[in-house]
Amino acid sequence: MISNEANLVLVGVNHKATPVEIREKLAFNQVKLEASLEHLVSCPEITENIILSTCNRVEIYARVDNTDLGIQLLKDFICDYHGLTRGSLDQYFYSYQDDQAIEHLFRVSASLDSMILGEAQILGQVKDAYSTARALSSTGLVLNQLFEKAFNVAKKVREETGISERGVSISSAAVELAKKIFEDLENHSVMLVGTGEMAELAAKHLISYGVKTVYVASRTYERAASLAETLNGCALDFDAFKEELYRADIVITSTSAPKFIISKEMIEQAIHKRKNKPIFLIDIAVPRDIAPEVNDLENVYLYDIDDLQNVVNANMEERQKEAENAMEIIKEEVTKFNNWFSTLDAVPTIVEMRNRAEEMRKIEVDKTLKTLSHISDDDQQAIHQLTQSLVNKILHKPTINLKKKTQSQDGHVYLKAIRHLFHLDD
Amino acid sequence: MDKISFNLSLFSYLMASLGYFVYLAYRRPMVSTFAGWMVAFGLVCQTVTIGIRSSQTGHGPYTTSFEVALFLAWLMVVVYFLTEWKYKIKDLGAFVIPLVFVVLLFSAFLSKETALVPESEVRFWLTMHRTLSIMGYAAFSIAFAAGIMYLIQEHQVKSKKLGMMYFRMPSLEVLDDLNFKVIMIGFPLFTLGFMPGSIWNTQMDLPFFSWDLTRTLPLVATWLIYCLVFFGRMIVGMRGKKAAQGAILGFITVIGTYFLHII
Repeated sequence: MISNEANLVLVGVNHKATPVEIREKLAFNQVKLEASLEHLVSCPEITENIILSTCNRVEIYARVDNTDLGIQLLKDFICDYHGLTRGSLDQYFYSYQDDQAIEHLFRVSASLDSMILGEAQILGQVKDAYSTARALSSTGLVLNQLFEKAFNVAKKVREETGISERGVSISSAAVELAKKIFEDLENHSVMLVGTGEMAELAAKHLISYGVKTVYVASRTYERAASLAETLNGCALDFDAFKEELYRADIVITSTSAPKFIISKEMIEQAIHKRKNKPIFLIDIAVPRDIAPEVNDLENVYLYDIDDLQNVVNANMEERQKEAENAMEIIKEEVTKFNNWFSTLDAVPTIVEMRNRAEEMRKIEVDKTLKTLSHISDDDQQAIHQLTQSLVNKILHKPTINLKKKTQSQDGHVYLKAIRHLFHLDD
Repeated sequence: MDKISFNLSLFSYLMASLGYFVYLAYRRPMVSTFAGWMVAFGLVCQTVTIGIRSSQTGHGPYTTSFEVALFLAWLMVVVYFLTEWKYKIKDLGAFVIPLVFVVLLFSAFLSKETALVPESEVRFWLTMHRTLSIMGYAAFSIAFAAGIMYLIQEHQVKSKKLGMMYFRMPSLEVLDDLNFKVIMIGFPLFTLGFMPGSIWNTQMDLPFFSWDLTRTLPLVATWLIYCLVFFGRMIVGMRGKKAAQGAILGFITVIGTYFLHII
């Protein structure tokens, strides 16, 4: 039988097929997680394991002696540990082995399996899961290599595809636009006209990207003052904001005014005062606060809530397209990793083959030396060395070729043949 | 030997241009690194070509129309490298290097032997005029590329159709700033180039300034366009789209002037 030392399995549930009511029951918190890792690694069938538990998924990656047994064991463990019976839960579990498990982990780390494609959080969660497991010594050669590789793949996907560069929320799309108009937001200012919740959120987002100067204007001065205080800005009188418009590089409006409060003429004046420095207007109000003709002015960029929503939708579609490019990268990396992974299968066979040859060599040399009692110790030593190097020379090429062949698709055939030819399984 | 190095540089710029296009479309960092090295290699080869030719002819690369184009392409790459180093806009290569390639390819069809001005008439002031003007043109070519990039990006943001280019290209502010900076360097060089030209004219017993329809007038038109962009920016804050359009129009006039010149 072929050595089963390097079987990789994955058992889990995720947001795609499992409702939150089930996922929350199966989740491992930090305390449970550590105890579980220790418990699993003490099982004789499991050599290494890592548990990834987030709000969208619970997955156990393990290296086991026997694939089928390992999968059943992990499913049972997840259910038993949470005091649940497996029967009704069985439909939610998915399980993968070897290259499929590798691909799944790479997809998860690169955020292709996330609810919001390309979100950055998941990579941090996978890293945490790995370092917890590593600290408890529940990982070894295979999982260490696999997870380190997964982090590299995630980085590569992030750098080489646009999967996470397009904002998929209104405020992140607005910040992106601001950065495409102004580059560095640090020396730029934002003016809030109206104190709507979404405007506040967008302003906070802009501040987190470096905007330092904030003006707030509202019909009720107190509200403006209180929001200005939270944002570390300065409150303006509502009547005064029109005069002060030229100071702002970014204007976010969110008043409940029934008519436009910012006209083309007002922006024309502001832009003139600004010596044509660009101005980015974000109109989150419904009904709108800014006359749409404003966008016809040069160096003025006006986006209303629908425009931003369209940007978000387009970005989501783009991320979907980028995911296809990302899959190509992942497939390539899975093949590379799998090549390394399958050489592990060859190692025990090679060791056994060499041991068998050495045994035979010893028996035969000893037999011969008994009949040659007249030769000196030095000569005996020389005969040993000669036969040893003969064996090494003969086995050298088969060893190299076997390592190479195990990386190919029909690698197992070669392993089987070697084991058969050398009587390794007798 | 100079033919080999010339062809090598031509080939390198072609490969680099293709590399930058691929990078623009597919964003593979390795491809942009490759393109960068190809440009560097092309520059080295081109420097060798200029060196060999100069040692053969005994003067700098500004006598025949071939040499002028060769020198212009060389300076464009130098300015491109300086810009890339300062601004780190990798996609600029996709706009500048193809232009370099075209200039260099075009130069291959130009006369390598006939001097634009008989060698006996070449004086220090003519050399100054040529060197300064070509340096100005090289700067203008970068402004042209930045202007095109600005218009593409501006169109995306304005029309609210944010395509691939929107994400690939730098911000409007950076492109506008680049456009301005290179014109700020190029325009004074170009203007300074006028003076020695006129001094040389007087040395040759030509009028200080002539209203020659094919030679001088287009040059004056070019100068006026850049002058407008330059002072428009400083005085009335002409920026963004208009400045980009100015840089593009200016460079088109430069090309037009050049053709009128060699005809």
